[in-house]
Amino acid sequence: MQRGVRTRRTPCRTAKSDFQPSVTAAFAFYLFAGIVVLSGALTILSRNPVHSVLWLILAFFNAAGLFILLGAEFLAMVLLIVYVGAVAVLFLFVVMMLDIDFAALRAGFVKALPVGVLLGVVLVSELVFVAGSTNLVVVPGKGAAVPFEQFAGMTNSQALGSVLYTKYLFIFQASGIVLLTAMVGAIVLTHRQRPGIKRQDVDKQVQRTAANAVEHVQPVSGEGVKL
Amino acid sequence: MIGPSSIGLGHYITVSAILFVLGVFGIAINRKNVIIVLMSIELILLAVNINFVAFSAFLGDLSGQVFAMFVLTVAAAEAAIGLAILVIYFRNRGTIAVDDINVMKG
Repeated sequence: MQRGVRTRRTPCRTAKSDFQPSVTAAFAFYLFAGIVVLSGALTILSRNPVHSVLWLILAFFNAAGLFILLGAEFLAMVLLIVYVGAVAVLFLFVVMMLDIDFAALRAGFVKALPVGVLLGVVLVSELVFVAGSTNLVVVPGKGAAVPFEQFAGMTNSQALGSVLYTKYLFIFQASGIVLLTAMVGAIVLTHRQRPGIKRQDVDKQVQRTAANAVEHVQPVSGEGVKL
Repeated sequence: MIGPSSIGLGHYITVSAILFVLGVFGIAINRKNVIIVLMSIELILLAVNINFVAFSAFLGDLSGQVFAMFVLTVAAAEAAIGLAILVIYFRNRGTIAVDDINVMKG
């Protein structure tokens, strides 16, 4: 696979940093990549879905490390905040909230294994075939829609923001609408009115005045008060 | 050769290809468990994102990172909706086995 893809060395790989590849960077790459692949495998092979979610979180952490090695700090942090902070916790909530018999769900595991292995082998051989047969020469900056050169002296976050809010503004707004739709959809789907629960009625509270809330009584001694 | 300059685009593509295959493999072997299937989809999207960011860095083109952010957005929305559907399905039927999801079948 390595043979097929050729890269011309660039003096400046990121928008700002003068990152020089070193032995440390190579070590970090192999560390992060190894843990990503290992935890990805354990995500799909774990018996307990809670362990699966935890392995998935580890995979996200190390993928964020890979992003940092590539000079995409902002995306790395977004990956941590959005995936580890929101999506993975959502998975954990659902796994722990639902009372599911996971052992029963695992019954067909061995039966599905040959098909899965076959599918995996076919996919891997396809990818290796494509990577080995093409001669992909990557020329940095050639034909780039948003070349790095225009962000000289900026950090990755500044560079991303300066295109996201100008060139890709409408797509950015559209992704906001996607998130809004997802939020409304998730709430509408899971919200339910349960009978017999006392709720706050703001309208009723606002309508309440002294005239209909307080009753002035002057009880005669010894007769008590009629409620 | 493990040297300073040995980490290239091919390395990142290899990692992402392995993750992608793992995701597809996970869907194939955990077909009954929708939660693991959703996690496998997340793995596949992570592989796609690694590809986007790696090409962005090695091509010197920032648009790959912008697009990776949109992929992240859609992935988060998809996970939220998928899990919401899962929760209401469990509430109604008491199970999440994919084999039992055949109410729409004619």
